[in-house]
Amino acid sequence: MIEIIKSGLYSTVQDLGRSGFAHLGVPVSGVMDQFSAKLANEIIGNHINAAVIEMTLIGGVFKFNCDTCIAITGADMVPKLNGLAVSTYKPIKIDKGDVVSFSASKHGCRTYIAVSGGIKTAKVLNSRSLFKSVTTEGSLKNDDMLSIDEQNLELKEAYSKIKNQRFDQSILEVFTGPEFDSLSPEQQKSMLSSEFTISNLNNRMGYQLIEHIDNNLNPIITSAVLPGTVQLTPGGKLIILMRDAQTTGGYPRVLQLSDQAINLLAQKKTGDKVTFSLITMNQF
Amino acid sequence: MGRFNLQYKPFGNRAVLVEWPQKIDAKIQEDVWFFKNLIEQNCIKSILEIIAAYNSITILYKSTIENAYSEISVLKTLYEGENFVVRQDAKLWEIPVCYHIDLAPDLVSLSVIKKLTIEQIIKLHTAPFYSVCFIGFLPGFLYLSGLEEQLVTARKTIPDKHVSKGSVAIGENQTGIYPMDSPGGWHVIGNSPLNFFNVKNQNPCFASAGDKIKFTPIGKDDYFAIKSAVENGDFLPNHSF
Repeated sequence: MIEIIKSGLYSTVQDLGRSGFAHLGVPVSGVMDQFSAKLANEIIGNHINAAVIEMTLIGGVFKFNCDTCIAITGADMVPKLNGLAVSTYKPIKIDKGDVVSFSASKHGCRTYIAVSGGIKTAKVLNSRSLFKSVTTEGSLKNDDMLSIDEQNLELKEAYSKIKNQRFDQSILEVFTGPEFDSLSPEQQKSMLSSEFTISNLNNRMGYQLIEHIDNNLNPIITSAVLPGTVQLTPGGKLIILMRDAQTTGGYPRVLQLSDQAINLLAQKKTGDKVTFSLITMNQF
Repeated sequence: MGRFNLQYKPFGNRAVLVEWPQKIDAKIQEDVWFFKNLIEQNCIKSILEIIAAYNSITILYKSTIENAYSEISVLKTLYEGENFVVRQDAKLWEIPVCYHIDLAPDLVSLSVIKKLTIEQIIKLHTAPFYSVCFIGFLPGFLYLSGLEEQLVTARKTIPDKHVSKGSVAIGENQTGIYPMDSPGGWHVIGNSPLNFFNVKNQNPCFASAGDKIKFTPIGKDDYFAIKSAVENGDFLPNHSF
């Protein structure tokens, strides 16, 4: 078991999400930064879909009630093992009774803890990802207990050389969205050449950007939206939908982020700047 | 078949969007379901799932699409071919709704806006056989078409922060039931004691796209009786084929 001594600002359990239920209106959910979460799992030899803990901006404090092995990736929340600094992007041996603690993020937004064998909370609709209204709770609370398998593994010397510098990038690779061609050349140009600031309205459902785009488009007939879909609201604001986004929407879908761009955006926070860079179709 | 001229567009590098003419129309909706069922029955291995709406289907692929135009040509061939689909049996669901003002925060204001008595609103709302067009917005939120013209009402300019679970509401020419507490901008005229989304059931949402819905007015006593039966798991909504 892992005992949640302090849950941090907003921590959840996530795997790669629940696909196959969009026709019932169920969001995909899953880890926001798939690159970092998969890497954490791979470092300790887990399947990439193993459930991990995702922490946001301020990390928590976790006590392990059995021997195991963990890996920490993503944002730098200054992790400590029993009060002493500990490396990220490496397997970490955990003994029964050890406490792993995190602080506010110094770099990036979301940190992942993978545990050997994965977190074994109950699956709902084929996934362990927390999403309020599908699962009973949407996030972890103090004193929660998370099931894990006791593992006494020989530590492998494998570790990743990838560090989190890539979070400094601010260019989001995008495809044109279904309604991109309805925009005027000026609107397209302004969207693809301006720098945008992430507003404080950012969470697992979506990121709203501060700057306006002139918008004279009509709403569309309600149709599918995906994680990474960039919607243009009647007020001219851009909303980038993220992993917990609803399945359908009525705002024009002007751009679509690549998978890598969703992962990168998941590490951005309020006030960070981003620009869009168009990938043309033949570069698939 | 190929009854409509469809637009096929790549939607990112993991999905393809197929669009029918830009309107909400029963014939278009039928053809959307036809094509969705046709694709599903052909079990194309690369496809993960399909999100159908009023005039579109979005086909999600299991991995990055290598060549969007070859996937699109597979879909086009299927649609244009001489195909038929085994139709699912559409069900008619009888949905109890309590239209008491205690459970319907916007019933009085809607009656003022629409210059209709509360009795007239209830009569107009319970008359049609609504079609379940698709499920979206929230888990188990049914988009229903077939609202009487006299009840069509623009959405609220400022959405409510809290709409209660079970709220039966009107937004533009649509009506629907909030399956859980949520923010929302539609006018709430009643509440249904049924559960529209329950992960404990093998099929979390009893209704599916293509089914019909008929609302039955009930009093407050029946509302609370059904609600507690639902919570105890011994109430199933009535349906016929």
